[in-house]
Amino acid sequence: MPTPTIVAESLVKRFGRHRALDGVNLEVPRGHILGLLGPNGAGKTTTVRVLSTLLAADSGRAEVAGYDCATEPAAVRSTMGLSGQYTSLDENLTGRENLHLVARLYGYSRARARERAARQLDRFGLTDAAHRRAGGYSGGMRRRLDLGGALIADPRVVVLDEPTTGLDPRARRDTWETVRGLVADGTTVLLTTQYLEEADQLADSIAVIDHGRVIATGAPAELKRRVRGERVEIVLADPADAPRTVHLLAGVGPSVSEAEPGRVELVTRDGSRALLEVLHRLERAGIPVADAGTRKPSLDDVFLSLTGQSGVDQPDTTDDPAPAGALS
Amino acid sequence: MTAPFVAAPVQVFRDGGIVAWRNFTNTRRTPGALFSAVLQPLMFVLLLAYVFGGSLGGDSYREYLLGGIFAQSVTFNASFTALGLANDLSKGMVERFRSLPMSRVAVILGRTTSDMATSVITLVVTGACGLLVGWRIRGGFWEALAAFGLLLLFAFAMAWVGALIGLTASSVEVAQSMGLIWLFPVTFASTAFVSAARMPPGLRTIAEWNPVSAVADSVRGLFGNPTPAGLPQPDGWPSQHPTLYAVLSAAVLIAVFLPLAAARYRRVCAR
Repeated sequence: MPTPTIVAESLVKRFGRHRALDGVNLEVPRGHILGLLGPNGAGKTTTVRVLSTLLAADSGRAEVAGYDCATEPAAVRSTMGLSGQYTSLDENLTGRENLHLVARLYGYSRARARERAARQLDRFGLTDAAHRRAGGYSGGMRRRLDLGGALIADPRVVVLDEPTTGLDPRARRDTWETVRGLVADGTTVLLTTQYLEEADQLADSIAVIDHGRVIATGAPAELKRRVRGERVEIVLADPADAPRTVHLLAGVGPSVSEAEPGRVELVTRDGSRALLEVLHRLERAGIPVADAGTRKPSLDDVFLSLTGQSGVDQPDTTDDPAPAGALS
Repeated sequence: MTAPFVAAPVQVFRDGGIVAWRNFTNTRRTPGALFSAVLQPLMFVLLLAYVFGGSLGGDSYREYLLGGIFAQSVTFNASFTALGLANDLSKGMVERFRSLPMSRVAVILGRTTSDMATSVITLVVTGACGLLVGWRIRGGFWEALAAFGLLLLFAFAMAWVGALIGLTASSVEVAQSMGLIWLFPVTFASTAFVSAARMPPGLRTIAEWNPVSAVADSVRGLFGNPTPAGLPQPDGWPSQHPTLYAVLSAAVLIAVFLPLAAARYRRVCAR
């Protein structure tokens, strides 16, 4: 089997006493998309920053396209395109100038940089806005421009840190299309996301990261099998009714539990049918309901099933440190 | 496909030039910063020329004053470099630059270079204002050129001091105040505006050895602006060889602060 394009081996990074990375292992074969999935502060951005040579790991090994991130950072940077979570555009430059600047700094001559910038503007639907300053762009346009810069040198490896956070659904779908197009050309992609759906849509394989460790890897289907089914949620008008409700609903789905005081959760295969049955039973029993609905498994459910505890509702104290850019 | 390869020694200047172009485009499009860079020396020319000028020698003081204003405004260049780099850090531009296969030092070199361009504009506008209040270039053409060259060299040297401050400050606001506040004592405890002869002994020594004094005295000499009778020149070594001392000071500042700023850049990025 050929060497994977991206390799992380036992990466450790400490910030003070906090271990942001606590032995991260990853492998991404050439032409694959790996989705790095995890809640805020899990270590996603830190992993990306180590792989893109912006941050040195305390120990462990990181390799991109055969180059060592610690000892050959320049080679890694010239084969990689990075689009960060905090888009870094020059707001006073136009869209075209931003791309030209990036192309020039990749080493292209003026003429070649002009060609490349024009090509990216076209590719990302920004030609009409090319002469406008990036500061006036919408969130989706900024993302596209940033992505255009990251891909301007046709990098063999692309790292996208939460590429769709804060985008509207349309812009999100556009970004997904772009990423799919990349892989069709043989590019290797590492993308981080907080959204299970996004990883599911794009990734060949998913690595779930929490507290600086990869706690599960596998194809999206595999991970989803672990959190099969839909959820029916009932919020009771009176939390005291909860034990009676759990008892009453046993048998509607394979698992019924009081997820938190006054909120009863039920796992089932067919959410809407189960919901009807649930409401019917509660009405007959005379238990007042404040709210009821169905939902698809969330990232939280993946965590719940993987770790037995919620990963998402952690107090927000272990956030990834801000990038060097954001002075704190 | 991999991006084209550029040899390292060429790359520093090539990338530095590209970053300088980007910075200067920014300056042109946000003229507010440039406006304050130019306004400040103008304000000092008018305040000192007419508030203090009358007591210090009138017309002859106004002519003497300009050399000091020039020296002060290139010294203040440090504050613009500090602010510019702190801004690039906070807006994630440094992060973007860091992810590209470009020269590391080029980001700072580009900034110090583009700030020199700002200094050229400041000097031109200040000089024009000086002509209005009675300052003249009385020396030869080459001496005048040498004077402007020395001022820009000192502006460049001070920019590296500012670079270190900008990269060390924890926020843009801190960079703005830290980059500026120390420049007032540095420029006033000098012979930029008055003679050191009547300062208390300790302060007098500081003023005599202050590189800002050397720059001011040197350009006054090169422009052929005489010292008014009421402002006796001290006769220490720096006052005797102001040009040599000014050039040496600039060289030392660059030799010390360039590596410090470059090292700091590497640290700030490795967080």
